[in-house]
Amino acid sequence: MSDINISERQAGDITILDLEGKVTIGEGSVALRKAIRTLLGEGKKKILLNLAGVSYIDSSGIGELVSSFTAVNKEGGSLKLLNLTQKIQDLLAITKLLTVFDVYENESDALASFS
Amino acid sequence: MREFFTLPSQIESVDLAATRADEFAKRAGLDESFISSIDLAVRESVANAIKHGNRLEADKVVEIELVFTEGCFEMKVRDFGAGFDATSVPDPTDPENLLKATGRGILFMKAFMDKVIWETHKDGGTVVHLIKNL
Repeated sequence: MSDINISERQAGDITILDLEGKVTIGEGSVALRKAIRTLLGEGKKKILLNLAGVSYIDSSGIGELVSSFTAVNKEGGSLKLLNLTQKIQDLLAITKLLTVFDVYENESDALASFS
Repeated sequence: MREFFTLPSQIESVDLAATRADEFAKRAGLDESFISSIDLAVRESVANAIKHGNRLEADKVVEIELVFTEGCFEMKVRDFGAGFDATSVPDPTDPENLLKATGRGILFMKAFMDKVIWETHKDGGTVVHLIKNL
C-alpha cells in the first residue's frame, strides 16, 4: 500500500490536490512530485495543496513542497497551501518557509486569492 | 536500558528504526509527548546515514544504539560511509538557501533534540549522537 493518496479536484481553473497520508522520504515525496509534474504537463498552473490529511512529513517532504513551489513558479503559475496541521506549521516555522508559502486555513479564501 | 540493532541501507529502514525507537521509548516509560518529539530526529538521522553516509549501498548497514538512563534518552546512529562534516551543510534558513530542496534534516535533528554530535568512528564511518533530556 502506498504511503500517500493524492486526489484531484477542480474549482474553475484552480486544481486542488487533497493529500492523505505521509509525505516522507521515498514514496510519499515521489508521489507528490509526479502529481505536480503531471498537472504542469497538462497546463494546470494554479495549484492548491490541501494538507489537512497529511499525517506525517519529514525534511524530504518539506523539500518536495519547496520543489513543487519552485517548479510551478518557473512555469508562471502559483502553488499555495491549505489546512496545515500543527506539526507542518511548526516545521515550516523552524525552516522559515512560512515566509515563502502562501498559506490558508479556509478553502474559499484560498481559491479567491488566485484571482 | 539499552538496545542495539542494525538495519540495511534502504529507505524502508527509516520506518523500521522509528518503530523500534518508539517501542523502546514506550518500554522506558517515556510519555507520548516525549516520544513524538524525538520521532522526527530519529527518522532524519537514520535517513541521513542511509542516503548520505552509506549512499544506499546494499553491502553497508546502519548500526543503531538506543540508551535510556535516568532522565536521558540517547541514540547513536553509525554509517559506514566516507565521513561527514556537519559544518559543511549550509544553513537552510539563510534566505539564499530557502528554496533549496534539501539540507533541512540536520536542522530538524537539532530542533527536536537537546544535543546532536557527529564523530568519526575509529574503524570508519560517522556516528551521530542524539541526546534528549526529560
